[in-house]
Amino acid sequence: MSSLGELRTMAAKRRKGGPRVKERYPDNKAAYLFLLPWIIGLLGLTVGPMIASLYLSFTEYNLFQPPQWIGLDNFTAMFGDERFWNSFRVTVVYVLVGVPVQLVLALGLAMLLDKGLRGLPFYRSVFYLPSLMGGSVAIAILWRQVFGKDGLVNGVLAWFGFDGPGWIGHPDFALGTLIVLNVWTFGSPMVIFLAGLRQIPEMFYEAASIDGAGRVRQFFSVTLPLLTPIVFFNLVLQIIFAFQAFTQAYVVSGGTGGPADSTMFYTLLLYKEAFTELDMGYASAMAWFLVVVVAAFTAINFWLSKYWVFYDD
Amino acid sequence: MTTETETLVRPAPAPPGKRRRPGTALRRLRSIGKHTMLAALSLVMIYPLIWLLVSSFKPNSEIFRDLSVFTTDLTAENYANGWNDLQFPFSVFIVNSSIIALGAIVGNLVSCSLAAYAFARLKFRGRNLMFAIMLGSIMLPFQVLMVPQFLIFKELGWLNTILPLVAPKFLATDAFFVFLMVQFIRSLPKEIFEAARIDGAGHFRSYLQITLPLIVPALATTAIFTFIWTWGDFFGPLVYLRLPETWPVSVALKGYLDAQSSSDYGSMFAMSVVSLLPMFLVFLFGQRFLIKGVATTGIK
Repeated sequence: MSSLGELRTMAAKRRKGGPRVKERYPDNKAAYLFLLPWIIGLLGLTVGPMIASLYLSFTEYNLFQPPQWIGLDNFTAMFGDERFWNSFRVTVVYVLVGVPVQLVLALGLAMLLDKGLRGLPFYRSVFYLPSLMGGSVAIAILWRQVFGKDGLVNGVLAWFGFDGPGWIGHPDFALGTLIVLNVWTFGSPMVIFLAGLRQIPEMFYEAASIDGAGRVRQFFSVTLPLLTPIVFFNLVLQIIFAFQAFTQAYVVSGGTGGPADSTMFYTLLLYKEAFTELDMGYASAMAWFLVVVVAAFTAINFWLSKYWVFYDD
Repeated sequence: MTTETETLVRPAPAPPGKRRRPGTALRRLRSIGKHTMLAALSLVMIYPLIWLLVSSFKPNSEIFRDLSVFTTDLTAENYANGWNDLQFPFSVFIVNSSIIALGAIVGNLVSCSLAAYAFARLKFRGRNLMFAIMLGSIMLPFQVLMVPQFLIFKELGWLNTILPLVAPKFLATDAFFVFLMVQFIRSLPKEIFEAARIDGAGHFRSYLQITLPLIVPALATTAIFTFIWTWGDFFGPLVYLRLPETWPVSVALKGYLDAQSSSDYGSMFAMSVVSLLPMFLVFLFGQRFLIKGVATTGIK
């Protein structure tokens, strides 16, 4: 169904092997022509830069003098830097809280909206709209005011007699406001779940119904298992994207990652090292560490998927 | 897997029959409860946007004194002020954003459809490996490319031009769209391509005259998403466009945050609304394509 599913199928096919006959490739020349832009982009803007940043991560480089090879110094400096670990912690909290909450909400809403509910297109639009705009600067600006001392949230709390703090300016709550912003964009995974729910054949429910399964039982025995590949796909991609979140943290904190570094996302620190401190070597080391972490999270996800993702093939 | 995707691209209509008949009082009550909940949640979701819109029409002193959206005291003065608050009128930033978005759309449509045609229709050595790499590149954090790409574009003398933001799109760097189009082309009946081949059409003709007209929905989805992403993009312009006259809307808005004697929220809100308006219009008219696109590839 998805890019991930596709990769999985291809891996399975590869294991099975197949005939490798010359006649299987009648279109070599045409294909490489069609793919030329993509190949140039892959080599020039992806593979080349990956190698270059790996090299730079072992150097000291400030744009003005040629890169100086310094071995593992960037990495030892990085692992000894409290600010680095703080940004890592902030980002991991954002990912591990924000993504599951967002996905549970998306799944719950998709279930509520499923199957011919009146007004479905309306609700779907309303829930989806924020996920389109959520990454924009305008929404980040709005968020500063919604969670400000005199903002909308405190206005609502005041009705109930609470005197809320300035959420954005408080080290304990600032990250929370960004997590809420991420949760607010649950619309896109919800739409993916809705599409997935439509793929479940009605006969499964009929069969379950004949066997005497109630609605709750049907959810846990039919809907949820058949939806797990899509949940998995969403989980993997949303985690990868959440690790790279930047704009919201940058704008909401006014570019500082504050208060007290509480919204200093990993990508924000990386950006500062590269483009404010001009420490390109250190920034490259940070970037590669991010790749390793994201790869590790993805690998763990795939490994865990054996235990809960249901494939009917 | 493939068949699943094809049905996803064109979702089957929801089954008409319900498992249980409505009509009982309990059922009606449950339905009312459900709708109340959904309506309440809709309001919570959308209220910040409505508040932004209404506040942008309120006099500055009123915005935080009265948080409600029910007011008769409306004025367009924030828009007039905000438009000229920065060094350049806001129209400059809108034009910049539009040029970048247009360039990116053209680039993605051309390069992604070319690559997708090859992946979906042609048999060539290394196809599976290349396809896997293409899909894998979706998952690569771009931070690892950021510094070297900056150095490349700096060497080329492209800083403070739109080229670092537009040129890569002509090289099919947005693999999502390649994947989207591949899925779409695969779902087309093979006989069409067979017939074209028998009639003597080469691959380029088959791409141009058969494939492109048939994948218009996928092209529309690509164009719409590219628009929304490039219009909203902040990081790219932040890195590459340092001169105020080159700023797109996103970076200019950030400029309001810095420059403002932090009390003029009215004009900041007004320009935020201006910046969101094109996104909203595209959403309004392109929803159908957006929702299909999300369902197929899992993009935002």
